[in-house]
This record gives sequence, structure tokens and C-alpha cells, in this order.
Amino acid sequence: MIIGKQKPLEEIREMLEGYKRVLILGCGTCVTVCLAGGEKEVAILATLLRMSEKMAGGDKTFSEHTIQRQCDNEFLDELEEKVKDVDAVLSLACGAGVGLVAERFPDLPVLPGLNTTFIGIPQERGVFTERCLSCGDCILDETGGICPVARCTKGLLNGPCGGTNNGKCEVDPEKDCAWTLIYQRLERQGKLERMRAYRPPRNFQAVVRPGKVVAE
Amino acid sequence: MTSKDDFEPVIVAFCCHYCAYGAADLAGSMRLQYPSTIRVIKLPCSGTIDVLHILRAFELGADGVMVAGCLEGTCHFMEGNYHAKRRVERAKRMLAEVGLEKERLEMFNMSAAEGPVFAEVVREMTERIKELGPSPLKRPLKNSVSQRRPGRR
Repeated sequence: MIIGKQKPLEEIREMLEGYKRVLILGCGTCVTVCLAGGEKEVAILATLLRMSEKMAGGDKTFSEHTIQRQCDNEFLDELEEKVKDVDAVLSLACGAGVGLVAERFPDLPVLPGLNTTFIGIPQERGVFTERCLSCGDCILDETGGICPVARCTKGLLNGPCGGTNNGKCEVDPEKDCAWTLIYQRLERQGKLERMRAYRPPRNFQAVVRPGKVVAE
Repeated sequence: MTSKDDFEPVIVAFCCHYCAYGAADLAGSMRLQYPSTIRVIKLPCSGTIDVLHILRAFELGADGVMVAGCLEGTCHFMEGNYHAKRRVERAKRMLAEVGLEKERLEMFNMSAAEGPVFAEVVREMTERIKELGPSPLKRPLKNSVSQRRPGRR
């Protein structure tokens, strides 16, 4: 799923300058799971904004609402009512959600409360790691389900570099060496000979951006 | 306007049922004297406290908040007080971001047998909040003296 991280409070306050009635809009899917923009995070952010507004002697008001997904028009229908008396929306969705809400309400400033970071998974409680770069040409069948494009710091396709160090990466010793993981996975499945397969440089334009997929 | 000497803090005390509330109860049975500044909210476990509860207490005008749970290692629900400790730390960072003093919030651990500790904790928090002064977010209470009509009790 898409992993995002909330922007610092100061940055959000600067974005909101000049607006009086702000709707803080949460999203119930990816950003709820990564604890960045769900109903709970909307409530916390609203409280913090009200408190700092009062400290600053301002008079902004904040309303709160969370919808199932901001990236799908059918879920945006219920917002027609909610945005009536509002002069800005602070969306806590990923960039896709912020953009679609902005498109649906083109006369209303829709501001991003999160920085969208990557496609990833919850590795352990509260920790989310990148797993996919959406390169458009998946080779996970050859690498035992571990993506060297996303998880190797250097994005190497033909085995580890000389800097692999007891399973850790020389560029960032906190990170696992993806190729060590691939080796171990393939060994476990009895498919080690796949490590020998030569892979030419990947096609960086497998998905021409901005991407479009038409389901037939 | 109240002067610093007149300032009677309002401190919300989230107390776990097993230890902190037990200690508060014992303090009562022992007839221990402590300031009447706290408003106790009983939780089944300090681990059920949420950052949102703490922040809302401050938003609604509390001068101080304390979260009281079992002694570390003796939580009735095993780890609840550890979760509470982390959430209190997080809430403190959020208070600092908003411009409120971190010292207005504190976590305390005690056993149900420690009635005197409860009383002392309340005294300590009350003193601390008196030093810090009223919360800048305070709003006048509906029945505050300044708003009573003359002649009404």
C-alpha cells in the first residue's frame, strides 16, 4: 500500500495561512494503516491545530471528516455537503487522493497534509518499508519475490556489489542487502541457478509517465 | 483576573483501575489530605489512554494532566503501562510543538498499596502547575464567579 508521513505541524500551519474555515479530510485506506492520515490522525491533528490557533490568538475553525478512500470518485460524493461552508480542505490522503479531491472541487484549495513516500508494507508495528518501485516490469519470479529494484540501494540486477557486508548494505548499514536476501530465498527454494541468469539494464520506460492503464 | 495566589489548577488525572485508583481510594480511607485540584478519570488500564484523550483535555482547558498506572513490571494487563509511557512521551512532544509546556503532563507509577504516594503525586503536580500558571488555552467555566449574576448563589 501507499505509505505516507504527516508533514510537520509548522509546515501545515504555514499552508493554512489566510484560510478561516478548514476541513481536515482523512482517508480510510492506506494512510489509515500507516498511521498517517486516518480518522484518529485527523482528530489528533484537528486538536493540535485548534490548540496552536488559540495560542496564536487566531480564529480559524477546523471541521473533521474521513471517507473510505479519496482516490475514488464514488466516495467523494458525500463531500458535497461537507465542503459547503469551508474555504480550504487539508487532505491527509496520498498525493493521488489529494489530487482527485482537488479535481472534484476545482474552486476549493485542497492542501496536502502528508508527504507521500513509497509503496510498502508494515514490517513491524509502526515501521513501514519500501517494497515496490512500480517500475512496470516485474521480475519477482526470478528473484524469489524480493525486488532488487526497490530494495537494493543501488538497484542492481545481477547480484550483490562488493560492498555486501554480513547481509547488510555498505551504503546504509541499517538496511539489509537485498541480494543476500534473494540468495537465501532462492537457496531455500532450490532455485539458486537463477542467480546466474544475466539481466540486461532494465527498461526505465516500461511505464511512460504519467502512467495510464486501461482495463479491457 | 485571578492572581497567581488565587489560581486553583484543574488537573485531569487518568488513573488505572487496579493500581492508581486503588491508591487514590486508599489515600481516602487513610484520610490523607491532598489538594482538591484533580479530576479523576478511571481507566481499566493506563494502557487504554490515547494521545487524543490527553490532547483533548488540554484543548478543553485543563491546566495539567497526569496519567497514573501500575509500577513497571506489575501492570495488571502486563504491558499497558509501557504503552501509556510511550504515549505520554509522544503527547509531550506534541504539546511542545503547540507551545505548551511539556511539564504540564506527567506519567506516574504506583501500586494500589501506595496511598501516600498518590497524595504526594497530587501535591507535586499541583505545585508544578501553580508554578507554571493557568493554561493559555483555558476558557472561563460556565459557572465561574465572574459570570454569576449578583444575588445568585
